[in-house]
Amino acid sequence: MERLDLEIQAGEAVAILGASGSGKSTLLGLLAGLDSATSGEVWLCGQRVDDLDEDGRAALRSGRVGFVFQNFQLLPTLTARENVLLPLELTGTRDAARRADEALDRVGLTPRARHYPRQLSGGEQQRVAIARAYAPRPEVLFADEPTGNLDQVTGEHIIDLLLDLRSDAGAALVLVTHDPRLAERCDRRLHMTAGHLEQGS
Amino acid sequence: MKTWRITLRLLGQDWRSGELYLLASALILTVAAITAVGFFTDRVESAMARQGGELIAADLALESATPLPADYREQADRLGLTTAGIVEFRSVVVGEGGPQLVQVKAVDTAYPLRGRLSVRDAFDAPDREVETGPPPGEVWVESRLLPLLGAALGDEVGLGESRLRMGAILSNEPDRGGALFALAPRVMLSQSDLAATGLITEASRAEHRLLVAGEAAAVERFKRAIEAGLPVNIDLIDGSTARPEFESAVDRASRFLHLATLVTLLVAGAAIVLASRRFVERQTDAVAVMRCLGAPNHLLMRVFMMRLVLFGLIASLVGCVLGWLGQLGLMSLLSEWFATDLPTPSLAPVVVGVATGLVALLGFALPPLFQLAQVSPLRALRRDLGAPRGSAILTVVGAASALALLIIWQADDFQLAWKLMAGVLGAVASLVITVLVLVRLAGGLAGRARGVWRLGLAALARRPSAAVLQISGLGLGILALLLLAVVRVDLLAAWQETLPEGAPNHFLINIQPQDVEPLGRFLREGGLGESAIYPMIRGRLVRINDREIVPSDYENPRAEQLASREFNLSQGADLQSDNRIVAGAWWSGADAAPEFSVEEGIAETLGIALGDEIAFLVSGREVSAPVTSLREVQWDSFNVNFFVISSPALLGSEPATYITSFYLPEERETLIPELVKRFPSVTLLDVDALLTQVRQVVDRGVLAVEYVFLFTLAAGILVMYAGIQASLEERRLEHGILRTLGTGRRALLTSLAVEFTAAGILAGALATIFAELTGWLLAEQLFGLTFSFNPMLWLIGVFGSGALIGIAGTLATYPLLIRPPLHTLRQAG
Repeated sequence: MERLDLEIQAGEAVAILGASGSGKSTLLGLLAGLDSATSGEVWLCGQRVDDLDEDGRAALRSGRVGFVFQNFQLLPTLTARENVLLPLELTGTRDAARRADEALDRVGLTPRARHYPRQLSGGEQQRVAIARAYAPRPEVLFADEPTGNLDQVTGEHIIDLLLDLRSDAGAALVLVTHDPRLAERCDRRLHMTAGHLEQGS
Repeated sequence: MKTWRITLRLLGQDWRSGELYLLASALILTVAAITAVGFFTDRVESAMARQGGELIAADLALESATPLPADYREQADRLGLTTAGIVEFRSVVVGEGGPQLVQVKAVDTAYPLRGRLSVRDAFDAPDREVETGPPPGEVWVESRLLPLLGAALGDEVGLGESRLRMGAILSNEPDRGGALFALAPRVMLSQSDLAATGLITEASRAEHRLLVAGEAAAVERFKRAIEAGLPVNIDLIDGSTARPEFESAVDRASRFLHLATLVTLLVAGAAIVLASRRFVERQTDAVAVMRCLGAPNHLLMRVFMMRLVLFGLIASLVGCVLGWLGQLGLMSLLSEWFATDLPTPSLAPVVVGVATGLVALLGFALPPLFQLAQVSPLRALRRDLGAPRGSAILTVVGAASALALLIIWQADDFQLAWKLMAGVLGAVASLVITVLVLVRLAGGLAGRARGVWRLGLAALARRPSAAVLQISGLGLGILALLLLAVVRVDLLAAWQETLPEGAPNHFLINIQPQDVEPLGRFLREGGLGESAIYPMIRGRLVRINDREIVPSDYENPRAEQLASREFNLSQGADLQSDNRIVAGAWWSGADAAPEFSVEEGIAETLGIALGDEIAFLVSGREVSAPVTSLREVQWDSFNVNFFVISSPALLGSEPATYITSFYLPEERETLIPELVKRFPSVTLLDVDALLTQVRQVVDRGVLAVEYVFLFTLAAGILVMYAGIQASLEERRLEHGILRTLGTGRRALLTSLAVEFTAAGILAGALATIFAELTGWLLAEQLFGLTFSFNPMLWLIGVFGSGALIGIAGTLATYPLLIRPPLHTLRQAG
């Protein structure tokens, strides 16, 4: 990364675009506090991230940051509902069960709540992942190529869902993608080339 | 609360998804084996001790040359034990044919407390079991006394001032063993008649014995209570250690059993290591995601730890139940062998089982678990980060300390434990090193090979640590199977051969020199074969080098006893076939210089070393010579054996009586009365009952060990399954890629076959070497048996294992790898 200066407001939807190997996933990892930078500062939810240790960053992420991955990353041994429950239980949310059911309902998967990930289609799995990300009502949601493994129509639905939920919750959305059509639908687009960030239109 | 909920949820899901089946099987098997053997040995050892007790007709006996103080009896009564009194002494009975020296035994109505007393009502009548000794007014006599007295059953004999009727022939007396070499025939009478004979006064020489029996715990309490304050003139005889022949057989049996358990533990431990590695590897993604979701490290570790402990507890309890059932099965299999009901087992094995399960699981599975703490949350974004490598050192240290703990605990014998531990660690270390070298070699070969061969060999060499674990696991499995298939059979056969069918069941002692020739002829003509007749010279040890022997100088009571009594010495030119020289050399021929050969056990007890000059007082004259060899003697072979033997030059001219032993088949028992008549001065000892008891112990022991080895067999199969499964995950992706690149099914199949066969051959060769070594070590070092190397082992071990693992591995993994490549790639993503 070189001379990188970026600020994302609450409620804003930002797309980070770039070719493979341009460093967009690295940037996402830094922003989300999954990785630490060798120099510079990262602030997340009003807190400086880069001088926290891993457990401190985990505590910060817990409940306030949501993730959606390209490979869905659902735990294969848990049902859809249990996957959504997991972050709520990790943060010790009181009405975890109710909120998990609401989140599943919001993504339209109540009938599939007791299914295991391998019994769900790719789109359904990603919807479970989105429910899981939104259930704890995070302040920021990071999405890494959320439609990368999906066909175009399903991908559109997933983006609709992500943006709708963002508006409902008032959370910021940081989306990494190489699909310009998805990026079009965000408030702001950033282009990443070989570690440089260009503010887009 | 939160931790618990997550723990339980994950555990339940693990179970439903089948993630834990392999780990659970390995753990359950380990615990089942240990508890089954625990319950079983608990019962059998006490049964065996009790059977040993039959040889002294009690669980415990106190013996003294003077009447025993009454408070021992009272103390035993208070503990709820039953007691019986015996007085034994030499005397003379007078019949029609004149006086005859006899060994008199006066018993009270409680005798015998253990074992069976049987009599015959006529010379040729069948044995009849009786509950108590002779009624007042009656004596029971050994059959050989009748011809000596020229009397018949029903006649009266004079004993001291009394006249008593000979009511029955005494055919079996459980504690006869103690007086095995008593020269005079037995006469048994009721203790109520004893006073009237006037034979026993304060000053008379007699042996007074108090027999004690009852609940094992109470007996133990009694023993502990009196042991410390026991005066030197009172001997304490423990039923379980009463006879060396018996003790040695029981000892071997329990060593075999514990060994079988330890082998199971070792093999199942390997399965646990392999299975838990696999389990942990499959948890890596989940951990990365949970870390992304903000789970702190300590929470995750706590959750995993609790999951492990909870899982370990459940699996251990299931194992205990299985162990209990296994023990019941074994008992019903063996029940008819035991004359008495077996004592119910204690619950201690459950505690041991659960603790073993937890220690094994934590020792073997915790190190791979620690690697989960190192999983970066970034892995959820970037799959290419891979799983963190488990620390090999941590794994080895964890497994070794768990093993050490369990072995020391299980072996219940520090020396055995250390030997085993050193053996196991040495074996594992050399196994790992050899595999590492061989894997490198396979890597080198892969560079030169082509196509599928390169793929197959490279698969082994690419991840050496995984390959080492896999091959070591497979090797252990094969080792267990080889030990079971070959070494076990050889070992157990060698054990049974120490007591072959036809082992001597009769001893003839007190043979006069002029009777040696005719007696040998008599035995030959009677169809009893050629028996060696050994000279026996009585002598007391008086000096070792310049040191005078003073019995009370010895602290060890057994040494003191040995030093104060007369030895049965012998002399001869040739070494007995069942003796083995362990130090020094046997003399050559009849004209060797004056030398002594001493049995190693007694040499150690008395402090005699090779090269010492020892002196015996023989018929009033001191004879001395250097000790030029130490011998190992198989006391449980029932052959005639001597502690000390001299070369003919030393004791050849001393007056001697002779001794021999022979096997008398049941159908030839009619020879006995004739023998007694023709050689009236010869004393006949029938040890058939004792021999049968020892043989039963051996046979039971063999059966029990075979049964326990079934667990080892299961563990062996399990570890091989785990070994094959171990590499599956890593290969799935690779094969997806290969298939995408257009590699055909046939080529994939061949590369799998090459890899597994190569692994099988490597593992097999190593296992064979270790199996031979183990067999040799066990036989020679632990059990004192002779072991012969078995060439078939190599054939089975190397080629059998190559074929078995090659076929099983290929069959097990192939179907999983030929799914459509896209499916595989997606899943591995």
